[in-house]
Amino acid sequence: MAITVSRPKLNWSERLYLPAIAAGMAITIKHFKNMLFGRTKVTMQYPEEKWDSHMPEHYRGAPALVRDDTGRVRCVACQLCEFICPPRAIKIIPGEIPAGDRFAKVEKFPHEFDIDMIRCIYCGLCEEVCPEQAIYLRKDYAITGFTRADMVHNKEKLLEIGGVMHGVVLKWNEKK
Amino acid sequence: MDYFFLTISLVKIVALLAVVLGMMNYTVYAERRISALIQDRLGPNRVGPAGLFQPIADAAKFLLKEDFTPGHVNKFYYWLAPCLAMIPAITTLAVVPFGSTLFGVPMVIADINVGVLFVFAIASLGVYGIVIAGWSSNSKYPFLGGVRSTSQMISYELSLGLAVIPVFLLIGQLRLSEVVRYQIEHGWMIAPFVGDWANPHKWLLAIPMMISFVVFTIAIFAETNRLPFDLPEAETELVGGYHTEYGSMKFGLFFLGEYVAMITGSAIIVTLFLGGWHFPSIPDGSHGWGWGLVNIFIFFSKVAVLLFVFIWVRWTLPRFRYDQLMRLGWVFFFEIALANIFLAAIILAYFPQ
Repeated sequence: MAITVSRPKLNWSERLYLPAIAAGMAITIKHFKNMLFGRTKVTMQYPEEKWDSHMPEHYRGAPALVRDDTGRVRCVACQLCEFICPPRAIKIIPGEIPAGDRFAKVEKFPHEFDIDMIRCIYCGLCEEVCPEQAIYLRKDYAITGFTRADMVHNKEKLLEIGGVMHGVVLKWNEKK
Repeated sequence: MDYFFLTISLVKIVALLAVVLGMMNYTVYAERRISALIQDRLGPNRVGPAGLFQPIADAAKFLLKEDFTPGHVNKFYYWLAPCLAMIPAITTLAVVPFGSTLFGVPMVIADINVGVLFVFAIASLGVYGIVIAGWSSNSKYPFLGGVRSTSQMISYELSLGLAVIPVFLLIGQLRLSEVVRYQIEHGWMIAPFVGDWANPHKWLLAIPMMISFVVFTIAIFAETNRLPFDLPEAETELVGGYHTEYGSMKFGLFFLGEYVAMITGSAIIVTLFLGGWHFPSIPDGSHGWGWGLVNIFIFFSKVAVLLFVFIWVRWTLPRFRYDQLMRLGWVFFFEIALANIFLAAIILAYFPQ
């Protein structure tokens, strides 16, 4: 059965359309004025104004290696992160710590530690799996480069992003 | 051969072209900024202070893009169409008086006695650019855009022509500088505040002039393919309408041609109804070249205000449906313009000055 939709009956001024047009133009000019005099705040001006202060605590940005209070690179090159990494972005070449070193009992250190930031998916599994609390996801999100090689973070770059991490477990101290 | 006249004309042509082309570029910028502000955005604000160099960047982009011609088009007409879209819009400006006098030289390139007929004759050629673009592209959407454009232009040119008849009934001449001179002596067509403004006859005549002004302005909207009458391009329905198959500077010519047509249309509205370069209590160019420059500035300021209205309307009103457009043109504006001629004629015949 066909349903007849009743059309609204327009009166004379509504059919003239001009009042509606005037009302519409009043609305747009109001928006225009509010924007012009800065009464509407809508957009973040990205490169000058950054999102940083609004970033939540749990934000997962670029992964980075950290040093502890004594300045030691906390990574012991166990390669767990390399194995867990879903897109296989991490490449570690382990090296051996010489016998005379203060932390000789750790035995291994990362000779090279590369994270390919083109592949990284910022999942945070490396941070979760690390038994040494050595790799953390920091809040850096604007990772850019002109070549593929630029986008590979080597050990120096990772340590530079990571910096020093205070208040973590220090299990390799001499007394232990 | 009058070399003085030739040189002066050439200087005027170059100067007017420079002003209008610069204005066109900044109309595009204004359109982007104003539309953004109306929609609670910011618009282009990166290139130069407040984004003021954006038009230069846009022009550089257009010129440096690959000039691509699709394989399935009719080459000759495909190349001809953008020129046909741009040239009539610029040519029309030749008869518009854009200032009083500067060093005794009248500020109009060609003060011909058929002024407004010339305007209509050339302006209606603009439709060829669109139709030929739509046809030569050999593709469905441009074709539909071209067909729509033809019928739209024909419908609205009628009311465009009829709307100005009251003005010329009153003045008795088609020369545009005469129209301006009349308005200086007797007050602007739609607002006779100057001259013998206390005369009730002037205010009675302002009624048909107001109707003429509204009909003419709306018809100019339709002529320049601006929203709410942008059916030939109709991004949401026809992709890009008649310029779907165009790229780089050929598209740029269509795009900028629309803005030049807007400027031309505004210039004609200003000349016919808003007093041209005249502003109450500002003397004309015979009182010194400074005032001549001020007159030119006043003219282009009035044009700029109208351009703002064009942009404002575009970002307020939705597009008409095709049958609504045709109904509006043939059933309303045509009749209103026709009745308005009779109204003006009766006022002129039976109510003495």
